[in-house]
Amino acid sequence: MTLATETPPVTMAKDAGPSIVRSSSRAVVFDRLVRTVLIACSLVAVLTTIGIVASLLFESLRFFQRIPITDFLFGLQWSPQTALRADQVGSSGAFGAVPLITGTLLISAIALTVAAPLGLLSAVYLAEYASEKARGIIKPLIELLAGIPTVVYGFFAALIVAPMLRGGGDSVGFDISSESALAAGVTMGIMIIPLVSSLSDDVINAVPRSLREASYGLGATQSETIRQVVLPAAIPGIAGSMLLAASRAIGETMIVVMAAGLAANLTANPFEAVTTVTVQIVTLLTGDQEFDSAKTLSAFALGLLLFVITLVLNVIALKIVEHYKEQYD
Amino acid sequence: MADRVQIAAKAAELDTLTSSPASDIIRQGPTKRSKAETRFKLYGLIAIIISLGFLAVMVTSIVVRGTGAFTQSFITLEMEIPADVDPENINATNWRGVMNRSLRAQFPDVKGRSDRRSLTRMLSSTGEFTVRDAVAADPSLIGMTANISVRASSDIDMLIKGNVDLNLPQGQRRVSDQQVAWLEQLRDAGAVETRFNEKFFTGGDSREPEQAGIWGAVVGSFLSLLVCFALSFPLGTMAAVYLEEFAPKGRISQIIEVNINNLAAVPSIVFGLLGLAIFLNFFELPRSTPLVGGMVLALMTLPTIIIASRASLRAVPPSIREAAYGLGASKVQTTFHHVVPLAIPGMLTGSIIGMAQALGETAPLLMIGMVAFIVDIPQGITDAATALPVQIFLWADAPDRGFLEKTSAAIMVLLGFLIIMNLVAIILRKKLEVRW
Repeated sequence: MTLATETPPVTMAKDAGPSIVRSSSRAVVFDRLVRTVLIACSLVAVLTTIGIVASLLFESLRFFQRIPITDFLFGLQWSPQTALRADQVGSSGAFGAVPLITGTLLISAIALTVAAPLGLLSAVYLAEYASEKARGIIKPLIELLAGIPTVVYGFFAALIVAPMLRGGGDSVGFDISSESALAAGVTMGIMIIPLVSSLSDDVINAVPRSLREASYGLGATQSETIRQVVLPAAIPGIAGSMLLAASRAIGETMIVVMAAGLAANLTANPFEAVTTVTVQIVTLLTGDQEFDSAKTLSAFALGLLLFVITLVLNVIALKIVEHYKEQYD
Repeated sequence: MADRVQIAAKAAELDTLTSSPASDIIRQGPTKRSKAETRFKLYGLIAIIISLGFLAVMVTSIVVRGTGAFTQSFITLEMEIPADVDPENINATNWRGVMNRSLRAQFPDVKGRSDRRSLTRMLSSTGEFTVRDAVAADPSLIGMTANISVRASSDIDMLIKGNVDLNLPQGQRRVSDQQVAWLEQLRDAGAVETRFNEKFFTGGDSREPEQAGIWGAVVGSFLSLLVCFALSFPLGTMAAVYLEEFAPKGRISQIIEVNINNLAAVPSIVFGLLGLAIFLNFFELPRSTPLVGGMVLALMTLPTIIIASRASLRAVPPSIREAAYGLGASKVQTTFHHVVPLAIPGMLTGSIIGMAQALGETAPLLMIGMVAFIVDIPQGITDAATALPVQIFLWADAPDRGFLEKTSAAIMVLLGFLIIMNLVAIILRKKLEVRW
């Protein structure tokens, strides 16, 4: 690689007759053209980011001209239904995002409670105990969970998980809403199991052998080594992978659209229906829309909020993982 | 520090143990610890079993619910085609009347408006078109009596497939006792049969579950993926070539790299918002079309393709490049004549996996209006269309019991496509990959 970048492209043609010189100067032009095209292509990714930030910011600013940003960030009421006529009750709508954020966090927390132990324990088993052959079969099967489209999970959550939880709740005397945060959260947890397990797998494998061998040498068993040496050493990496999983859960849309509720309840009770940021974006923007109402514009403010939260989580997670990997290199 | 305290505590524990007879430690210690060992291993195994159990439950429940959609019940009736049908203007005839009269003729003792209505409700409301088309295909039927099979309505179809719980009180189910009795009579007359439901694969969406098909959604998805691939493959691979082969290792390429990594983790719905604000509102491209859908999906899959393509470029050994330089090739020649051809299989594999992701994506398509109810099969990338996962979402929301099995069946088709794409990627990798 380093050699390749040091090699000057067109130099040897100078002494070799006029025709080659001409063709090589044409080659220089061609060379520049190709480079420009290639640079343009890689700038598309940058342009996409700029496009996302610009469009979200632009529409959000229009929203914040109508609704003060403090009302949006700290308001406890969310009911974006603006009335058709100005004299109707509640014509202004309420745009407090707090119930949406708590709803999103509640569902994501449930998802992580499901995915973190299952993903981590599977990763430990696969990395430390499973034979090469078993690993070759089990790992792709778990990865399959990640390949299933989220709309399928949403259908599964609404059709099977939610009624099952509701029935289970009824039989022990709990009142579980049919759009409970629990149903959406558990299903989302299943979806992110492979994410947690494959990231944790990488992290566990990055713990140097010497640490394990030192532990065995002191007479520890394999499980003692894992619990007292490998996992503590891998904690930063595991934390990073959990953050990535959390960011994924927060941005997940279809499962919550199909299985979570629409009403913005400010509650921490997992048996009640809550709504999320993504559900509200979808509800606000599907169907007919006028592009100047605060209702439609609020979806972009929510989008901006979502983008910022997930971006911050990702940046922190990637930093942690990178730092952790360097530690053992 | 905490560890050290623990170790000290352990040591103290061991000290007390050594004061007891040595045989005790030998007997107790290892068994206790090996039990802990087995338990820990078991936890891991249980976690895997639970995860895979979820997968199994999900897949089986969908297959069990969905297989019914591949068949459809038909009711064959003896119809009297009126003699005054004009083959040139076939729509002028009241075909619904023809169909309903033939059913009423089977049950002459059914009187009263509401009873008659509940009788004719057993047939699909789209049955009149079946009759019309049958006559249009064979004008010799005009003025004759002909046996024509029409689709049973979705409720009756569910009844025939055994999806209706007849133990429920009549008010709580969609089929009345009367209709059950009529169906028995029709069955005894041999008029009821279940056939392969080709309409499910060839038809567009419909309000009537018995008439609804996925072809429109499949075509919509295909067109979107076509646009997506046409944009993201060249853009992604060229960006990868630049970053891997040409870019000076400096601030700019680092910014692009960080950018791509973060873009890969942006929630898909945000890409939908981008498409709505930029493609639809700013550039005023047509709403609900595969063109815009494909563009949004292309931006979403770009990071996947770039990352996969860079990995496959990196796998090409430097000796190839050096050999090309040694023979006097320029940088561009080396890259495009020697390096890229060797990396193409890996790039294609990555792109197919990216396309598979795009095929399953729903949320961004909702944002750009691909959720409309569309009956017609889209003819081009600028026709209003929906996509397979969006169709699943729409049907999952429909209250009709008949759509439940359609939803599951559509999911089976979607998963089938995904499996095929992934298999193609795996085979391609196995066949074309060069090991250095």
